[in-house]
Amino acid sequence: MTGGIKPKHQRLVLLFVALVALVGAGLLAAWALRNQADYFYLPSEIVAESPEPGRGMRLGGMVEMGSIETQEDGVTIHFVVGDGEASVPVSFTGIAPALFVEGSGVIAEGTMDADGTFVASNLLAKHDENYVPRELEHMTADQVRAQVEATLE
Amino acid sequence: MHGFANPARFLRLAKWLTPLLLVSGIVVTLAALVWGYTNVPPDRLMGDSVKILFIHLPVAWLGMGGWTAIAIASFVELVWRHPLASIAARAAAVPGAVFAFLCLATGSIWGRPTWGTWWVWDGRLTSMLVLLFLYLGYIALSSALAREGASSRIAAIFGLVGAVNVPIINRSVVWWNSLHQPPSLTMGKSAIDPVYLYPLLVAVLGFSLLFGAVVLMRMRTILAEMQAEARLRRKAMQAAEGV
Repeated sequence: MTGGIKPKHQRLVLLFVALVALVGAGLLAAWALRNQADYFYLPSEIVAESPEPGRGMRLGGMVEMGSIETQEDGVTIHFVVGDGEASVPVSFTGIAPALFVEGSGVIAEGTMDADGTFVASNLLAKHDENYVPRELEHMTADQVRAQVEATLE
Repeated sequence: MHGFANPARFLRLAKWLTPLLLVSGIVVTLAALVWGYTNVPPDRLMGDSVKILFIHLPVAWLGMGGWTAIAIASFVELVWRHPLASIAARAAAVPGAVFAFLCLATGSIWGRPTWGTWWVWDGRLTSMLVLLFLYLGYIALSSALAREGASSRIAAIFGLVGAVNVPIINRSVVWWNSLHQPPSLTMGKSAIDPVYLYPLLVAVLGFSLLFGAVVLMRMRTILAEMQAEARLRRKAMQAAEGV
């Protein structure tokens, strides 16, 4: 063993440097994509930028509580999509997905019209990360735990 | 680590570990699925379609886990030149690709009734599709190199570069607005009710055991093929000398 670095260690260092550069490049690319890779605009972004009418886009947010109104024709609904900062009224004619309910997430595809209403041609329901059985929906966390323990016994 | 450089030692271990992983994997997976599909209440919003979670999440994790395994094996191959590393990476690629495909298929089937669409080009779905294509490219490249008898170092570099996509898949729902929901399971925290969580974790264990069994089987097959080829080559040379 006289001086010099073992080839094995040289490869380890080289590969480590290459990996750091690679991960850095990947992160930079993801960072550069941060706006372009968004699937939809939030209501606050739409209100701030006020896009020109007729431009196709997607609007995503929460359906505000008590805002869904079915119109007289029976297939058109009006509702308000908000993100806690701003809200946008939406009009949609057609069949909404089963998970489209008040207080839940929605993505609407369509265009803004001249008076500031978003006219949707398609609705997608967004599911949140919570998985809860129907029976437990209105229980508190402690009740749920007691229920589960009772079931497992 | 070089204790397993000799394939004979690895083969002795794999010989009893393979059936053990396979049988326990089948038993645990079946138990988890029977539990999940018969004894779990419907979700408050999704109804019974929540049950596809017991397949979707394990195969999604293992689809990403498979590439992580390829990346680690590639690193070991490039730095330590471990003879089993490239075989392990090749062996993990096919089950990884199958699981990535199953993740996309079950997700699509689940998306139709819940989101109202089979497919969207959001960050999570797109990066997962990229993973499937990376697997297909890796399988094509590594098997072509093996067929030509060339060094597998190029495949190892591909395996490491492709690993960049794994954290992107993981973070895609956090970095970008997407139709896919944010993660339900993070370090020490679960947004999944215990009635779904327990069968889910058992299913993850079962699918992981199956994944391990398939990787070991494929490693043994690749080693056996290499041995058979070496023996044929030796025989051919002896025959040529004999003439």
